Amino acid sequence: MTSIALSAHIGGIGLIGPGLPDWRGARGVLSGERPYCPAPTVLPPVEALPAAERRRTGATVRLALAVAQQAVNDAGADARTLATVFASSGGDGAICHEICATLASEDRQLSPTRFHNSVHNAAAGYWGIAMKATASSTALCAFDGSFGAGLIEAMTLAAVDGEPALLVAYETGYPEPLREKRPLPDAFGVALLVDPHPSPRPRITVTLTDAEADRMPQPPLEALRAAIPAARSLPLLKLLARGGNGTATLDYLERRIQVEVSGCP
Amino acid sequence: MTPLALTHFTATSCIGRGLTETLHSLLVGRSGLTPCAFETVRLETHIGEVPGVDGVSLPPGLARFDSRNNRLALLGLSQDGFIEAVSACAERLGPRRVGLYLGTSTSGMLETEIAYRRRDATGALPARFDYAATHNPYSLATFTQRVLGIEGPSAVICTACSSSAKAFASARRMIEAGLIDAAVVGGVDSLCLTTLYGFHSLQLVSRNPCRPFDAARDGISIGEAAAFALLERPSGAPGTILLTGIGESSDAYHMSSPHPEGLGAQAAMRQALGTAALAPQDIDYVNLHGTGTPSNDSAESRAVSAVFGPGIAGSSTKGATGHTLGAAGALEAVLCALALRHGFAPGGVNTTETDPTVGFEYLRENRRRPLARVLSNSFGFGGSNCSLVLQRAD
Repeated sequence: MTSIALSAHIGGIGLIGPGLPDWRGARGVLSGERPYCPAPTVLPPVEALPAAERRRTGATVRLALAVAQQAVNDAGADARTLATVFASSGGDGAICHEICATLASEDRQLSPTRFHNSVHNAAAGYWGIAMKATASSTALCAFDGSFGAGLIEAMTLAAVDGEPALLVAYETGYPEPLREKRPLPDAFGVALLVDPHPSPRPRITVTLTDAEADRMPQPPLEALRAAIPAARSLPLLKLLARGGNGTATLDYLERRIQVEVSGCP
Repeated sequence: MTPLALTHFTATSCIGRGLTETLHSLLVGRSGLTPCAFETVRLETHIGEVPGVDGVSLPPGLARFDSRNNRLALLGLSQDGFIEAVSACAERLGPRRVGLYLGTSTSGMLETEIAYRRRDATGALPARFDYAATHNPYSLATFTQRVLGIEGPSAVICTACSSSAKAFASARRMIEAGLIDAAVVGGVDSLCLTTLYGFHSLQLVSRNPCRPFDAARDGISIGEAAAFALLERPSGAPGTILLTGIGESSDAYHMSSPHPEGLGAQAAMRQALGTAALAPQDIDYVNLHGTGTPSNDSAESRAVSAVFGPGIAGSSTKGATGHTLGAAGALEAVLCALALRHGFAPGGVNTTETDPTVGFEYLRENRRRPLARVLSNSFGFGGSNCSLVLQRAD
């Protein structure tokens, strides 16, 4: 059976993480030109949502929408027509905690807004509302392999269906007592717009491999990579930040994903 | 799209364990909805509870995955020789060439809800509570992969009530890309307090068994189900059930209400017809999302009329099964496969007086007639829409 090469151009990038305020600011750090200074993740307000909707969103939706917006801006793309893939290892931890605490109490009356915000695809829904984006939108989970699963989903949308696809991978931390069971040190989000159409931007080709995943040379960035599923993207971001060709091997599930970057000037 | 064959499939819900019981319930018009006596829930409502889930034992090596959701998954996988069929497929193609794409909305959330009641004096969760293996959505995939002995790429789709319809879309792209040669697709969603109290808080739950498309409909009945299909490239055998069209869209309208004209739903149905290279009049029956809330059914009614016109016949099977949320897409795809195989369009049970504003033929009784092509709708919170076209190979 012939295989379709899973190839597409990286049309735009978005990034927010601890000490990584945005893609532009993080480039020099990831490429090794500037030192990494760890600092708590700062989530910007979501300007794209109407005020009423903005008040209802929690940290997870804010993070996802902020990195998605960065990538769309970086690409100069029209968000209304983009297919989207939202990948996260869990829903919003704070909302999950509040729901479970309420259900364990005498009065089990849940907040309706909290309930509809608890769905795993909340960020996808709010993105659609904010951008009037009516194309296909998926939200998926593969626990610690969620970035890889999202990348493959976005690449098949681009390569098989011939559509540009916006991958948004994001995680926020859980409050106690869930945090003890699922320790995620801080919020981290990354967005990649993968576009099958001809472009001067770098091109990536994705294959499955049994090779080991790349590690980050800076110990604190390697600690982030190992601790947060969305940060498993860091070796690819490092390669893209350097602006050169090469390969990055990323954690996925039983196997790893090899990403070959080409077409860099 | 290149058609795919559902070479094996199975379903377990409140209307039956496996295909024989499920088919019988459909043919006699039996609803599985009963007054809610689930866990510690004190709500006046009806639910579609699968009997015997608590009595399912997980294999010794998989004990850490013990949750209501994974028990229901195992109960579902154990019907109709499904495990054996997938094992044979994995042996033929190689376990790495068989992918797994499942949908759920709450996975094992119930285990976390119970763990919160058992917090100790310091507020800590019980030591034996295992978040990754019981609550996390992907626990369903890890558990299912181990039961089936497959090792290909996998993901759990969590787009609320469209989840397991969209699992077919992800699997289709993976097979078409050549990353896998076959995929197990499906959905498993089980009863928990979050959905029962959550839908209640939104005033979307009926006190009575739900009555989709009834003039007096007043909300959903929450159900649970495990439904699976093995998707492979077709062999060309006549009578095979084929997946020939998929449409996916977003409403971009509201988090928990559909677009009133069902614009997103229309887009999904039109795209599904387009990918199947079919015209609306080629479809013999539409399995409606039909949850039974006033606004959902009204939006879907307008959307179906806009796409198909007044001549189409459709029904919702949720009066029988309840709304099985993340499992609904896969469950209803399997019900459609049964309808195609056995030549009948299932009538929507519980509905006694069809909403007079419905502009197409809403079936309240079974119609015995060979069907060639059917379409199934699944729509979810966040405005996530997915339509599937299934047909019988000539």
